[in-house]
Amino acid sequence: MSGVHVACRLPLADFVLEADLTLPGRGVTALFGPSGSGKTTLLRCVAGLARGVGRVEINGECWQDDARSFFLPTHRRALGYVFQEASLFAHLSVRANLEFGLKRIAPVERRVGWDAALELLGIGHLLERGTEALSGGERQRVAIARALLTSPRLLLMDEPLAALDARRKHEILPYLERLHDELAIPVLYVSHSPDEVARLADHLVLLEQGQVLASAPTGEVLTRLDLPLARDEEAAVRVDARVLSHDEAYQLTCLGFAGGLIQVTRKALAVGAAARIKIQARDVSIALAGDRRSSIVNRLPARIVGFGEAAHPAQCLVSLDVAGTPLLARITRLSRDQLGLVEGMMVVAQIKSVALLG
Amino acid sequence: MHLSADDWSAIRLTLELASIVTVLLLIIGTPIAWWLARSRSRLRGVVGAIVSLPIVLPPTVLGFYLLVLMGPQGAIGRFTDAVGLGRLPFTFTGLVVASILYSLPFVVQPVQNAFMAMGDRPLEVAATLRASPLRTFFTVALPLARPGFITAAILGFAHTVGEFGVVLMIGGNIPDKTRVISMQIYNHVEALEYGQAHGLAALLLGFSFVVLLALYTVGGARNTLGAGR
Repeated sequence: MSGVHVACRLPLADFVLEADLTLPGRGVTALFGPSGSGKTTLLRCVAGLARGVGRVEINGECWQDDARSFFLPTHRRALGYVFQEASLFAHLSVRANLEFGLKRIAPVERRVGWDAALELLGIGHLLERGTEALSGGERQRVAIARALLTSPRLLLMDEPLAALDARRKHEILPYLERLHDELAIPVLYVSHSPDEVARLADHLVLLEQGQVLASAPTGEVLTRLDLPLARDEEAAVRVDARVLSHDEAYQLTCLGFAGGLIQVTRKALAVGAAARIKIQARDVSIALAGDRRSSIVNRLPARIVGFGEAAHPAQCLVSLDVAGTPLLARITRLSRDQLGLVEGMMVVAQIKSVALLG
Repeated sequence: MHLSADDWSAIRLTLELASIVTVLLLIIGTPIAWWLARSRSRLRGVVGAIVSLPIVLPPTVLGFYLLVLMGPQGAIGRFTDAVGLGRLPFTFTGLVVASILYSLPFVVQPVQNAFMAMGDRPLEVAATLRASPLRTFFTVALPLARPGFITAAILGFAHTVGEFGVVLMIGGNIPDKTRVISMQIYNHVEALEYGQAHGLAALLLGFSFVVLLALYTVGGARNTLGAGR
């Protein structure tokens, strides 16, 4: 059976962690939820570091099945684990840290090469240093490379950016995105940052009080109005697009996605390159179809799918469907009523700003 | 300062005893320290208390019970008789056994503290990097606990060098066999040879100071001296 199957039950101090998940066999799955919702514990159960009762199966390889009293200890599970804080061995150099896991992997089973891992995370120049001399971002990159070098069948990442300041985060995010693009293995990524989730995750599992609220493709979960994500101040959707052309006269770049075209300020990207963009709910407004004049360049025909409550009572959320691509708009309730917006209506989604990811 | 042949013999014997005891203590004490640091057993408190007893017990009490146990009627004595080792009191081997018990907490506690200070994380990391628990112990736990082991070795050695009460009870005063420095000082004082006693006493004083100076400057001994946890 392909895919990642995790069934786990573990009573914790305040609640019972209970999950039964079938996740994609490759790509990044984010475990998302507020602090203390059981995300990390679920990850530890998958790793065998915490002893939940249930079943863990990774692309056909069974690690745990309590129904037949089968439990592989952590060191016999082919996984990579990146901890929240720097977890490098202080008594070893960077090189020895990287070799620690690698040397226990038989050469025939190595699928991630030494040079490839160093290159992917940009740590080749750090090899002979001690771990104390590294910055937080460098440590985390070494920790990720160390995990990758064991050629895991599953990569587990427990908020690898949480202990870093904003600058370090931006330093390391591109590496994670490359990881996402170049690794053929499933990644479970614990996070409580909507921004990280929007950037990295293909699939999203929403946890609260140990219960799974949702498990679906990221775009779907991000725009579901009944879930807390859409209500977040930073609520956003991610759109996978491609560079179509550049307009040198107006210094714009035209991106194409399933729902149409979006123009952004000129980006140094090759025509045909993939571009992942983030559109925040607060940057999307709604106009009635017909009136074509506006200073806003990006105007996409959309159908109203539904309405939801926003964090502030003055506002509401509108979930939109742009030719198959979900979009989220946050507008005032006053506008909704003045424009007479109703479900199923065709409108124009006006996108004020778009952030290019990575 | 002139040291007699007897004095030198006592010094040699003391160093030999302390070296053997320190090596054996590191071997015996490490698994005990590991268990005390990692076990969640209810026996942990009891074992911890027993290991720490020599810190508060007068050495003569420890020596007295060892004398009884190692004697012809004692459990240890009957065992050593049965396996053909003879009796331990008034032998060098007996001194080694007694010193191990006497100095045990001084080795166990620093190592235990070092194991506890490193926490679970390095061990978990090693497990996610495919290292078995045994391998993790040798390649991660032991190296990370190195400062604890250095403190433990120094304290174990120094404490054994300085013992008197236990030796008096079970070792007696046999030249070249059980007469250690502290006994020799006692003998000199009894014979009113204050000058001789002074030579050896000053030697021990200097030794002790240098040991503690090393511990406090190298670090690691902050809360290990007599910390009865």
